[in-house]
Amino acid sequence: MTLLAVERIKLFSTRSPYWCSALALVLGVGLTAIIAASTDNGQLTLGVTQFGSSQLALSVVLVMAALAVTTEYRFSTIRATFLAVPNRTSALLAKTVVVAFIAGVLGEIIAFGSVGIAKVLSPASDLAINTSGEWRHVAGVGLLYGIGAILAIAVGILVRQTAGAVAILLVWNMLLEQLIGIIPKAGVKIQAWLPFMNANHFLQLGGDNAAEQAGAGIDFKLSQWGSLGYFAGVAVALLVVALIVAKRRDA
Amino acid sequence: MIEAVRLQKHYGKTKAVDDLSFTVRPGRVTGFLGPNGAGKSTTMRMILGLDTPTGGDVTIDGKHYAQLSQPLRKVGALLDAKWVHPNRSARSHLKWLAVSNRIPVSRVKEVLEIVGLTEVAHKNAGGFSLGMSQRLGIAGALLGDPEVLLFDEPVNGLDPEGILWIRQFMHRLAEEGRTVFVSSHLLSEMAQTAQDLIVIGKGQLIAQTSTEQFIADATQDTVRVRSPHAAKLREILAAHATVTDDSVSGSLVVHGIPAQQIGELAAENQIVLHELSPQRGSLEEAFMQLTKESVEYHAH
Amino acid sequence: MIEAIGLTKRYGRTVAVDDLSFTVQPGRVTGFLGPNGAGKSTTMRMILGLDRPTAGRVLIDGKPYTELNRPLQTVGALLDAKWVHPNRSARAHLRWLAKSNNLPGNRVDQVLEAVGLTQVAGKNAGGFSLGMSQRLGIAAALLGDPKVLLFDEPVNGLDPEGILWIRTFMQNLAAEGRTVLVSSHLLSEMAVTASELIVIGRGKLITQSSTQEFIDSATGNTVLVRSPQLFKLGPLLVDKGFTVRDGADGSFSVSGATSDQIGDIAAANGVVLHELSPQRGSLEEAFMQLTGDAVEYHAEIGK
Repeated sequence: MTLLAVERIKLFSTRSPYWCSALALVLGVGLTAIIAASTDNGQLTLGVTQFGSSQLALSVVLVMAALAVTTEYRFSTIRATFLAVPNRTSALLAKTVVVAFIAGVLGEIIAFGSVGIAKVLSPASDLAINTSGEWRHVAGVGLLYGIGAILAIAVGILVRQTAGAVAILLVWNMLLEQLIGIIPKAGVKIQAWLPFMNANHFLQLGGDNAAEQAGAGIDFKLSQWGSLGYFAGVAVALLVVALIVAKRRDA
Repeated sequence: MIEAVRLQKHYGKTKAVDDLSFTVRPGRVTGFLGPNGAGKSTTMRMILGLDTPTGGDVTIDGKHYAQLSQPLRKVGALLDAKWVHPNRSARSHLKWLAVSNRIPVSRVKEVLEIVGLTEVAHKNAGGFSLGMSQRLGIAGALLGDPEVLLFDEPVNGLDPEGILWIRQFMHRLAEEGRTVFVSSHLLSEMAQTAQDLIVIGKGQLIAQTSTEQFIADATQDTVRVRSPHAAKLREILAAHATVTDDSVSGSLVVHGIPAQQIGELAAENQIVLHELSPQRGSLEEAFMQLTKESVEYHAH
Repeated sequence: MIEAIGLTKRYGRTVAVDDLSFTVQPGRVTGFLGPNGAGKSTTMRMILGLDRPTAGRVLIDGKPYTELNRPLQTVGALLDAKWVHPNRSARAHLRWLAKSNNLPGNRVDQVLEAVGLTQVAGKNAGGFSLGMSQRLGIAAALLGDPKVLLFDEPVNGLDPEGILWIRTFMQNLAAEGRTVLVSSHLLSEMAVTASELIVIGRGKLITQSSTQEFIDSATGNTVLVRSPQLFKLGPLLVDKGFTVRDGADGSFSVSGATSDQIGDIAAANGVVLHELSPQRGSLEEAFMQLTGDAVEYHAEIGK
């Protein structure tokens, strides 16, 4: 608990997490607002409300999580951290837990905020959250953010530099996994096992507009919750590697 | 007490620290000297568990740094004043440090008071001058009221008042029975600060001894003599010692015999003395003498 | 020669430099001392024409810096070693500086040699250690073979060999008849570097004198005396009205007398001396005594 308090103080005593959270909120909810405003009243579906949160704002959250680690390396405060807490694994784990938790909460705020703003701007549309699939589609965003944050922290620990870590995360999430689909035949099969694709699979709403959603057209071998587990598995595996490296490496 | 036993750190083929053994005792200020690239920083980092030794061992009161459960209560270190997030306030920086080692948060206020930063505690550390950052670093080191203190170039950026303050402060910490280990390049400052010295060069131990002994061993003692009968005195002394003239002050510099003997020779020959001062070598001379071979980079 | 006459610099209501007058003579190293916030940097910047005085003036060999025809050939300054583009080689940095003042290209190699950077001249300055950057800064200051040199905290970041090197280097420059002004916070270093001192506090001149006079005037002088016949010498000194105190391990500490006077008394009375050392105060003690009320550290950090 002590270490969690330490990381909480560290995170909230600088401005960048506030800026990143605000940016994620504006991008996630804002995109939904624009879509809602430009869609005929009554035509908006629940699946559309989460475009902003699951794509755009997720990138910002990944960047925020990576920054939580890379700025420590950038300003050498990581050394102060390791001096105060020589058990590097627990120090970094505490940071991961705090950042992942905050990312998760932020995810829920953005996801439900998006639904809320859509309801306000397009009151005639059916945006009720009833089925378990609909709940997963909205509330699942927080889980995605939390796991995404774990993955981003792992990358941050491994790369240590802000520019490198951010570039890897953004290219991976927004470009690489999409581009692999271009490879004839094999591409789609590979995509079925890529972490962010599985993350999108988890969120998929099914039903009428399934084809519009990210990850559509891929023949996933896992169930939707299985995909989330897979995404989490990749993130945790990467974190374990990062923790081992951090423990062995000179600070 | 800090104990290094056959400590080694190799980077590929480069031996940054090579079979280094030393002991830093409590109750004294121990200076840690060496030319650039001698391995001082690497050694300090190994003491603090930031770098892993390639071989050998370094312990604090018998334990590795990483084995200390609340290390800030045992060891306080100021390695680099800039290891602070520039957008975090001085108070927040100290607060997270305190919480991490279950040090009461009230202690933050105390250490800010000790180093004289109370008024700027809420300001971001990024806007601090080097001297203020240095004070914040010292505050961080004192937080856990530790028995062992490590400082790397503590006077960096301080003004004369700050330099005097930190020197007296280190002396006080040592008098309280703490172990104080200070690394610095400023030899004239170290000569006044450290009672013991550990000198390294090219990663190896050159000397571990008291400051006084270190100077005495490496430099020759001379005696400065002034007399209204300089010519006569010169003649008499020349039979026993090497005498050179110091044209600036008009005095004689005598090597080879103690002041006591010069005084007696003068009295026997009824020569009036106006000055008879034994001159100690400086720490700088001694240091240059002993580290000659281990300096990495020479100017012309 | 540098002459400041009634130099004043105000920032709004704050008076950084207040009616400051001093002269820096050629042929010796002059130390420029003062607590933080005393106005040293501002004064240095005004000497170099970087800041404009609110009142008064500062002249280099009779002219303000901005009116010098070829400033680099008159004044060389090392204010901050990090004013170098990190991706430019040491030689290239000096070449453009030389070009800007129409200095011959071979001068670049001469100054690189003088500071001992010839072997790394082709490397980027960004990879230099602080000590090497400091040397590069000095090389730049020397480019125009100037008569006047200004150094601000020159030993910052240097190792003991570098410190010794730069001290000797500055003393040699002075011995060649140049004017050398050095500002530093390291008093123990200044005590062995500078033969003349200018001390300021709160923007005002506290004193300008030789280093020895400065120390002597501020700290009480005593003489340490050892002799096998102290029992005989002690009363003789007391009779003359000098104050005699017991010192460490059987010595006497005499105040009020010069060592010459004590030596004469000893000789006249056949007293054997084993030691007769004038004890001088340290520059630090003298400085603390004289700047005592000019220190504004606590106020300064409160800004």
